[in-house]
Amino acid sequence: MAENIKKGKKGISRRDFLKGLGGGAVGTAVVTHLIKPASAAPSLEPGELLQLSKKVISFVLNGKEIQVEVEPGESLLDLLREKLHLTGTKRICNHGTCGGCTVLVDNQAVYSCLYPAFRAEGKNVLTIEGLAQGEKLHPVQQAFLDHDAYQCGFCTPGFIMATLALLRQKASPSPEEIKVGLNGNICRCGNHLKILEAVKALASQKGGML
Amino acid sequence: MRPLRPEPDGVTYLEEAGRQEGGGQEKAMPAPQFRHIGQKIPRVDGRLIVTGKAPYTQDFYFREMLYGKILRSPHAAAEVINIDLAPALSHPGVMAAIKLTSGRIRYIGEPVAAVAAVDEATAEEALKLIKVEYKVLPFVVSETKAMEQGSPQVLDSPNVQKLFEYTRGNIKEGEAQAEVIIERTYRTSIEVHHPAETHASLAYWKDGQLIVWDSTQAIFSVRDQLARVLNMPANRIRVIKKYMGGGFGSKLGLNDHTVAAALLAREAKRPVKIVMTRRENAYCLGNRPSTLITIRGGARKDGTLTFLHLKNFTGGGVGRGDRCSEPLIDIYRCPNVLVEEYSVFTNTCSSRPTRAPGHVQGTFALEGFMEELAAELKMDPLELRLKNYSEKNLGDTGIPYSSKGLRECYRLGAETIGWSRRNQIPGQGKGKIRRGLGLATQIWWGAGVPGTMADLKIYPDGSVEAICGTQDIGTGTRTYIATIIADTLGLEPQEINIRIGDTDYPWAPSSGGSQTTPSVAPALRDAALKAATRLKAIAAKKLDCPPEKVEIGIRSFVNRDNPEKSISFNEVARELRRVTVFHGERSDLPSGYAFNSFGAHFAEVEVDLETGKIKVIKVVAAHEVGRVVNRLTAESQVIGGVTQGLSASLFEQRLMDDNEGRCITTNLLDYKIATVSDIPEIIPIFVDSPDPRINNLGIKGLGEPPRIPIAAAIANAVFNAIGVHPRQIPMTPDLILSILKKEGEK
Repeated sequence: MAENIKKGKKGISRRDFLKGLGGGAVGTAVVTHLIKPASAAPSLEPGELLQLSKKVISFVLNGKEIQVEVEPGESLLDLLREKLHLTGTKRICNHGTCGGCTVLVDNQAVYSCLYPAFRAEGKNVLTIEGLAQGEKLHPVQQAFLDHDAYQCGFCTPGFIMATLALLRQKASPSPEEIKVGLNGNICRCGNHLKILEAVKALASQKGGML
Repeated sequence: MRPLRPEPDGVTYLEEAGRQEGGGQEKAMPAPQFRHIGQKIPRVDGRLIVTGKAPYTQDFYFREMLYGKILRSPHAAAEVINIDLAPALSHPGVMAAIKLTSGRIRYIGEPVAAVAAVDEATAEEALKLIKVEYKVLPFVVSETKAMEQGSPQVLDSPNVQKLFEYTRGNIKEGEAQAEVIIERTYRTSIEVHHPAETHASLAYWKDGQLIVWDSTQAIFSVRDQLARVLNMPANRIRVIKKYMGGGFGSKLGLNDHTVAAALLAREAKRPVKIVMTRRENAYCLGNRPSTLITIRGGARKDGTLTFLHLKNFTGGGVGRGDRCSEPLIDIYRCPNVLVEEYSVFTNTCSSRPTRAPGHVQGTFALEGFMEELAAELKMDPLELRLKNYSEKNLGDTGIPYSSKGLRECYRLGAETIGWSRRNQIPGQGKGKIRRGLGLATQIWWGAGVPGTMADLKIYPDGSVEAICGTQDIGTGTRTYIATIIADTLGLEPQEINIRIGDTDYPWAPSSGGSQTTPSVAPALRDAALKAATRLKAIAAKKLDCPPEKVEIGIRSFVNRDNPEKSISFNEVARELRRVTVFHGERSDLPSGYAFNSFGAHFAEVEVDLETGKIKVIKVVAAHEVGRVVNRLTAESQVIGGVTQGLSASLFEQRLMDDNEGRCITTNLLDYKIATVSDIPEIIPIFVDSPDPRINNLGIKGLGEPPRIPIAAAIANAVFNAIGVHPRQIPMTPDLILSILKKEGEK
């Protein structure tokens, strides 16, 4: 990106312009710059524009407070994968249709591909990387392992996070409630039955260990 | 528990105290030879998967890495007159741009050019700056229209071309002998693989060597094809794949984006990663071709088949489509058979192998036909199939099957589903919701590839490593490798270090066609047996007995005549004094036998006559695949195959806009895939009996079999429920309502 900016030419690309538009309060400021002083001060370079529309947010990620610069239009999934390289969260459809990128935000399951990164400000975000305690797997992870509730494993982090959100809402969901809770996730290898078995086994366990 | 056959190699285990199962009646049987093989073994790499640490190709971020994007043709047919990359190259952040075509475009989505930039968004912008001049040509995307006279020509040859023909006996004679003759036409739609992990490649050059991380089912094919395309020696190319998020056949060969990544990386002198989007997966990375299959056939009144005539028109876009006649040629005893298969070319992307290519569509037609023939004969559909059971291939006219457990699959499946509960006359039930039962038969290859190689390393400290250039495509390859080594040497699966997925390792075939396990497992078994022989010889000296008296115990070697005398595995390994490599190979298949896997699916469905909705209640999937290596992952394979097949039977369909030539199902909302709510009860059953000749473990492949008969079983159950056969997949509610309406009008 740095090189991109250095090599930057005059004028504003559509992307920078859109980024300016998308940034909420900061974005508005940029648009104002763009419309008013931009004509008066043509020296505004794309790099500076991008810089203006960025925002530093802080939130709790997997139990640790972090500060990170986000861009308008950047999804939480982009932030996790591309910037923080937490690659356990998977991009399957990037469209909010498959649940592969499910993470927990304040204990609610969200599709991180549709969730604007800047909205994580002040929130508590939990990803698949935050579940195991050292060598000890989280009970949901252990149940998926024991039941072979995966095949290729690519949708697994999303399913595990959706399961965790479900069980935190209700410790012992009925089989029907489990289906509703996991209906937003797709397993293309088709191992849903094993996933349901794993979650049923967890649902029948007593106690709020999750 | 079934008896295990004695192994030819004489490696046996000391019987563990209290391990013998079943009590009294089992006592006469041999002691369990394997401690892990045949059991339910959780994956040895499961921790990596459930913690999100398993590395998939798109998870790699290298320093200085660039992001590549492909410019694709917006026209279904065109001549590319000129490509101007200059505006893209001068865009800030763009580091390289290349042309990928110079000539004719034949479908929307065909690669035209590619760029590499500092991030994905910049690469996308750059694509828009590339100036391409097209001469737009007429096109056709519907198979029906492509078959018409005067429709635009897709290739430089006619749109309809002969794909395959086969004949045995004389269908005219068969027709004369028949007492009942029926002719039925079945259609299957285009299904898209949509692996969870979209295709991705990451390429970089180092000291003249090209290293490619690829999401592929076939690292060696990718390497060899890259060598040809880039005109460089194969020994300068290394392809790596550690984890892959599904492929189902769509990742079996070299992709354009892999070539693009390599070329862009060479140009930019930086690593380049190209990750396909879901949209690209939907319309330009292959699919299961459509079919229009007509079967005309006849039988005597007792059900004896006298002739079968199959005609298929298969639509694989600019590809040749699928040969679908194999099940019909092979499964049933029938002396007179004629097969004529044709490719129908259209201006859509080429089909690719899709889990059990040809067999899925061919079985849908053949088994639908058998069900309808049984109804015509007023026979139990299972009885009709048993009446025409064969012991030799090519419909009992070829060579004998080395093993065939189909009869047992039928018996166990029928018993488990309660076959006698079916409607004796299709559609005889009453009410708004109709129940029905159906069955379908499966045949597949899956004998594995002779010459597959593997190495086993034993370190002087007693640790063990298995190395093979195979790839785990999600089936649990690492786990069965560990299990087989562990059981051959008396170790635990978890302690074996597994290295796979790299062309620097010994050769293994592509992971497709159910050939991975029956190729790789025997090679590893061979290596481990060689290691066992060597270790036993060392142990014999220590135990002061002849090597043939040494048996392998748990982490130890024991004198059979004097079980008190034993030596630990580590002590023996120490005597090797260096890392020792044992090379294993999968041996040749004996001639004179046919090697196939068999199975039968039984489905129970409910059909709502008002809404046309089908609900699959229960599926019993009985399979004979030789010895079952890992019952846990084998069950997952069956459940997965059934679920994928159910999804394709009821929901999945790639739709095209005929006027624009464009795919309109480009996301996972429009292209509907089954979720947890659609899953019936699925009961996997294994006829667990090692094949006596196929390889040193008696195993056949299981990848394709559970995907093959399910659509036919569901359709046949619908037929049994409502009395009219859908003859088409997907069986959407509107299809069911329309066939019910037509039936009502009769």
